[in-house]
Amino acid sequence: MSIEIRNVKKVFPIKNSTIEVLKNVDLKISDGEILSIVGGSGCGKSTLLRIISGLDNATDGEVIIDGKKVDGSSKKDIGVVFQEPRLFPWSTVEKNIEFGITDKLTKEEKKERVKYYIDLVGLTGFEKALPHQLSGGMQQRVNIARSLINEPKALLLDEPFGALDAFTKINLQNEVLKIWEQKKTTLIIVTHDIDEAIYMGNRVVVMSSKPGVVKKEIPVELPRKRNRTGTDFAYIRRKIYKEFFEETEV
Amino acid sequence: MNTDFGLNKHLKSFLYAIWIPAILVILWTIGSNTRVLNNSIFPTPQKLFGAWYEMIISGKYLTHVISSFSRVIKGFFVGSILGITLGTIIGLFSSAKKSTVALIGMLRPIPAIALIPLFILSLGIGETSKVAVIVLGSFWPILINTIAGLSTTDSKLLEVGTIFDKSKRQVLFNIIFPSAAPYIFTGLRLGVSSSWTCVVAAEMIAASSGIGYLISYGREMAQPATLFIGVFSMGLYGLLIELLVINLQKKAIYWIPNSK
Ligand SMILES: Nc1ncnc2c1ncn2[C@@H]1O[C@H](COP(=O)(O)OP(=O)(O)OP(=O)(O)O)[C@@H](O)[C@H]1O
Ligand SMILES: [Mg+2]
Repeated sequence: MSIEIRNVKKVFPIKNSTIEVLKNVDLKISDGEILSIVGGSGCGKSTLLRIISGLDNATDGEVIIDGKKVDGSSKKDIGVVFQEPRLFPWSTVEKNIEFGITDKLTKEEKKERVKYYIDLVGLTGFEKALPHQLSGGMQQRVNIARSLINEPKALLLDEPFGALDAFTKINLQNEVLKIWEQKKTTLIIVTHDIDEAIYMGNRVVVMSSKPGVVKKEIPVELPRKRNRTGTDFAYIRRKIYKEFFEETEV
Repeated sequence: MNTDFGLNKHLKSFLYAIWIPAILVILWTIGSNTRVLNNSIFPTPQKLFGAWYEMIISGKYLTHVISSFSRVIKGFFVGSILGITLGTIIGLFSSAKKSTVALIGMLRPIPAIALIPLFILSLGIGETSKVAVIVLGSFWPILINTIAGLSTTDSKLLEVGTIFDKSKRQVLFNIIFPSAAPYIFTGLRLGVSSSWTCVVAAEMIAASSGIGYLISYGREMAQPATLFIGVFSMGLYGLLIELLVINLQKKAIYWIPNSK
């Protein structure tokens, strides 16, 4: 699924005035690409994802998916891993994940698929637990599994691994990449972790804030599977850090 | 060791709950036996429990209790069905809400008990008018809480429904109703207490059986013991109903830790 963001602008009314959260955002994500977005807190990353997924409308500009302009009501087959877990407190881990299934499946097929994804995110044994009985990171893994089980054509991940320890994080990054290799899902990953952005992305977009604009696009032309400690990796990392330090100095 | 501690805790909270009522009973016993308290208003405990025991043995007491309870059950059943149904419609459709907000605001402050004479005039002095009071008494809290529950669904959870492309029906049953459940249960709990208050009030005005009737009969016949049997029963069953509903609520809303 290809996604094109043309000149998107977003203004929120706050009390009697307005704040401009996104200004002239232009991005092209081709089918099967992984785009990483990094940027300071509050620069409009979540807002951008909401607009792409159709949960919110742009004040100006347009989003074009597979060559067609989208409006709020059209069906899009885009998945979202929300920044917060957003689980149903009354449903077990199993039921929460099952909620993500939209394909018509038999009971057995559903059960099997749920089992597969519970295992994938390392929550075997917690099938019957309720969200309030899980740690924050475990809740986030349920959130991720619920979106992965949906198998959408494009998946928007909003700081998906932020709450996880380094091992679980690397593990899940690899799982997502594995799914991407199999299904060629278009991925947009918002993250605060620059290494993660480089490790995952075909391109890294740096956004700056107030108003949020695309400051720089940095291609990551490294072969998979990438070596986080390599010199090429370090070179790209330095390039991205430079963008941030410039910004704070201004 | 662990269970020991649990038992201890239960005993402790029971003692905490009971010590003030126990002192009141002691004061009452001393006061009424020494005639510091006027015996034509406050019977001695011996007299009260004696009369109560006699009434139980003769089977009359059970008849009164059953007639009050059957009225409460009928009225509460109808009231909660009406409250939940209308509350759902009003909570879901903003046009329904806008059309009823003024009406509800005007009608709700009128206590159901104030309408007893009107019910008697329009529905006669029989069972219907008494049940109608209970219907109305339970209806309001259930309606108001159902509306509140259905119209305050977390938009973040609703967005999950949107993202996974769920139908309106699925969103209603998987997201909106479960998140409204704690509110609806609060409504039911308030509704059942209100039903209990209403039945006694209705029976005091027009009835030939029931716990409310015991109170008004005791007053008319200058039998303070009968009057107090009614008053104590009202408190006792009110408490039992409340405990029952709290327990049901805990089971029904299992996902809220330590829900009261
Ligand atoms: N519904 C809203 N109404 C008003 N302002 C909003 C709304 N949603 C977001 N904003 C504002 O838009 C800005 C960007 O918010 P957004 O959530 O997109 O940031 P973000 O880049 O995702 O930040 P973080 O990394 O902390 O998640 C913030 O200043 C926020 O206050
Ligand atoms: Mg965000």
